[in-house]
Amino acid sequence: MHAVIPYVTAALLFGLGVYGVLRRRNAILVLMAVELMLNAVNLILVTADVTVRAALDRVQIEAWAYPNGEPYSGGVFALFVIVLAAAEVGVGLAIVLQFYRLRQAVAVDEVALHADEAVR
Amino acid sequence: MTVADALLLALGVIAVGSGALVVTSTHLVRAGLYLVISLGAIAGLYLVLGAELVAWVQVLVYVGAVVVLLLFAVMLTRAPIGPSDDLDRPAWPALLVGAGVGLGLAVLLADAFRWTVYALPEPGTAQRMGEQIFGGWVLPFEIISILLLAALIGAIVLSRPDIGARTGEPAED
Amino acid sequence: MKALLVALPAAPLLAGLLGLLLPPGDTGRRRFAAALGVAGAAVALVLTVMLLAAADDPVQTGARWVSLGDLDVTLTFSAGRAALYVALAVTVVALAVQVYSIAYLHDDPRYAPYAAQVSLFTGAMLLVVTSGDLILLLVGWEVMGACSYLLIGHDRRLPEAPAAAVKAFLVTRVGDVGFLLGIAILGVSAGSFRIADVLAHEHEAGPLLAALLLVLAGVAGKSAQFPLHTWLPDAMAGPTPISALIHAATMVAAGVYVVFRLFPLFESSPTALAVLGVMAAVTLLLGALSATAQDDLKRVLAWSTVSQIGYMTGALAVGSPAAALFHLLTHAAFKALLFLAAGAVIHAVGTNLLSRMGGLREHLPVTFWSFVVGLGALAGLPPLAGFWSKENVLIAAAHATEGGTTTPVWVGWVVWSAALAGVAVTAWYATRLLLRAFFGVARPPTADWHVGFDDAAYARPDTPHDPPALMRWPLLVLAVPAALLGLAAFLPGFRTALELDEPHLEVAIVLPLVLLALGAGAAWWQWRAAPGADPALALGRLRPLFAAGFHLDAVQDRLVVRPVRALANAVRAVDERVVDAAVEGTGVATTRAGTLLATAHRAALPRAAVAVFTGALLLGVAAAIYGVAS
Repeated sequence: MHAVIPYVTAALLFGLGVYGVLRRRNAILVLMAVELMLNAVNLILVTADVTVRAALDRVQIEAWAYPNGEPYSGGVFALFVIVLAAAEVGVGLAIVLQFYRLRQAVAVDEVALHADEAVR
Repeated sequence: MTVADALLLALGVIAVGSGALVVTSTHLVRAGLYLVISLGAIAGLYLVLGAELVAWVQVLVYVGAVVVLLLFAVMLTRAPIGPSDDLDRPAWPALLVGAGVGLGLAVLLADAFRWTVYALPEPGTAQRMGEQIFGGWVLPFEIISILLLAALIGAIVLSRPDIGARTGEPAED
Repeated sequence: MKALLVALPAAPLLAGLLGLLLPPGDTGRRRFAAALGVAGAAVALVLTVMLLAAADDPVQTGARWVSLGDLDVTLTFSAGRAALYVALAVTVVALAVQVYSIAYLHDDPRYAPYAAQVSLFTGAMLLVVTSGDLILLLVGWEVMGACSYLLIGHDRRLPEAPAAAVKAFLVTRVGDVGFLLGIAILGVSAGSFRIADVLAHEHEAGPLLAALLLVLAGVAGKSAQFPLHTWLPDAMAGPTPISALIHAATMVAAGVYVVFRLFPLFESSPTALAVLGVMAAVTLLLGALSATAQDDLKRVLAWSTVSQIGYMTGALAVGSPAAALFHLLTHAAFKALLFLAAGAVIHAVGTNLLSRMGGLREHLPVTFWSFVVGLGALAGLPPLAGFWSKENVLIAAAHATEGGTTTPVWVGWVVWSAALAGVAVTAWYATRLLLRAFFGVARPPTADWHVGFDDAAYARPDTPHDPPALMRWPLLVLAVPAALLGLAAFLPGFRTALELDEPHLEVAIVLPLVLLALGAGAAWWQWRAAPGADPALALGRLRPLFAAGFHLDAVQDRLVVRPVRALANAVRAVDERVVDAAVEGTGVATTRAGTLLATAHRAALPRAAVAVFTGALLLGVAAAIYGVAS
């Protein structure tokens, strides 16, 4: 297979995610864009599993190098990222909902960063 | 162009296309649903690339839990069902940076890998992944479980209704 | 003897310094201040007389003071008889002025510092006269300039006094810069600053000429010669006794004295003499012509001083320092007399302006006769003092036209013709002054007559009267030398001291007498034709030109004052906007940068996100390019 296809897909997804983070006002939409970015990274990790292993094709692997068999580091990391993403979304949405409870709005550019702004 | 390539291309197009719709849609709920399609396409990509466990975990956790959570949040913040026109900030910085990042990375990766062909690997079954996780990566695994616990507790604490009472406002909403 | 010589300038200097310590004030302290001033001048006079009587050879004494590298600056005092005669003139005039001032400034609360400054000035002038070292001379020179500034600006009630004092100071300062440079060149060239060494040394021609011309600049400044003469008419804003002391008898004569002292050097340089001669001729005529059209009594006398010093410098230029010194002594006498008498008139009438005076002959007889003697000496009427000294100058100039001296022949002709023309003009304006002030009809006083310290401003007398005794006696004392000093040329002791030629009356004196008669007669005839009218009206359109001193003040303003002011403003602007702004700008810039960064820190979430992602993008691009390049 041509590894460049998933790589480029992942790059474009990442760019779309950045665009979304910078463009969207609603906090929940920003979180959705962050999810896109994380997925792009995951895709790269999984594709790297394939290409790296293929790049090491004619390399003589030492016996002690892989005590547990062929590693799937990319995939394992992708799993970890998925778990982290889930935790992050949970906590993030808790914050968003709390903010909504206080301010009745979820626009990110209305978040007051200073005490003097918070009075208004 | 093998079957794998064709599948990768098709799923990639779907993923990017629906991802674009996520970030440009004016309907909040539709954005969430486009996210589902994008995540699903990415799970398909994982399957083609041979990471089976990752693909199904993606479907379970991402599509099944995260998106649902996002849609719940959309509901709880009383988002309008129809189109809303105040969802976007000015376009040009986002366009510049987003295009720069995306295209830059794409060019970089395309330049690195060109049109080389790689052999598809053995599929990463649950057994194999489990060997790795509980073999070489057991410490991160345990720490992640602690992190999940912390996130859980944090989410509960953050959701308490009496947090706004410090400023003198009434505790109930 | 040497101690007397050192004490000669020291006594008035000490009196002056002591007097400055006195608080200005009222009657009790006034007497002490007056006593101190008079004592200082009297002691100096006594010392001078003793020195004159005792010594035949020049007295010298010296001590090393400081060394500047290879050069030594010494405290050398040396006074030959000529110098002692000048010192005599200075001390007599100083004493007369001190006594006169007691009465003239009787209602001035700041009399004590005034008297002290006059004593200081006297001491400084005596220092110049008796100094044997160029640097010591310079010290006296500069102290005189400072005292002149203080004394011209003495009356704080006059609005023009401070400006006049500053103008005098600055204009003489311009000359003093040249003077200092000239002295420096002479000292370095001779290896020592002692005048005897400088005169004895063989200087190279180039540096010598430069030094002499620079010294002439200082002389022009202090002695009010063209083009640095503009301060003297304005300096009449000072009290009249000051005008008598400083601007008639002593300070303006200091320049002439310095050239007299350094004359062996000047004699070796025809160029310097030529420059001096041209300067003298121009000044002579300029002063005389300007004096013809002045309305202010003191200004007539001021311009007359400018002109008469032109005679002295002209005599120096044609190679006769003796004639110059003789004229200096007689001028000191009659000009001081004239100024003090003018003070008496002003005291009596309450105004400086000739157009408001008239018919004072009946009321002020003593003053009138003082004026007659003084103006006669000024015009050169025989047998008064001015006649003899002016004759010497004219004869010296006539000799120079025949050649044989270092002075170029054309310079001799220029000086001689200017001097002759000056005789006629001097006689004209002297007669005009006498007629306008003392003859004709008395004009009644008007309400706005007010000048300086005088009774008339406060209690207008019904008739003008002769001044009180303290003012009268100095007039009488000074009238004696004004009348008779010329005859001293017949005394052999005096003559050899000054190295004068024996006076002989020859046919050449007829020409100046004719010119004098012409000048005086013209003024008298105009007066008879239109009694009471200003004879200067006959000058027609030239009158405003002469009255404004040929508009040289305006020229000076245009050429010097305005550019300097503009330059000063520019420098101040550069200092404020560039230098200060650079210093303050660092603070302002830092504060602004800090505020800017603080605002950047307060960016809201979306903007911060943009910043982070842009930064990451740029870093990534940089890394990629770096990776590609390396």
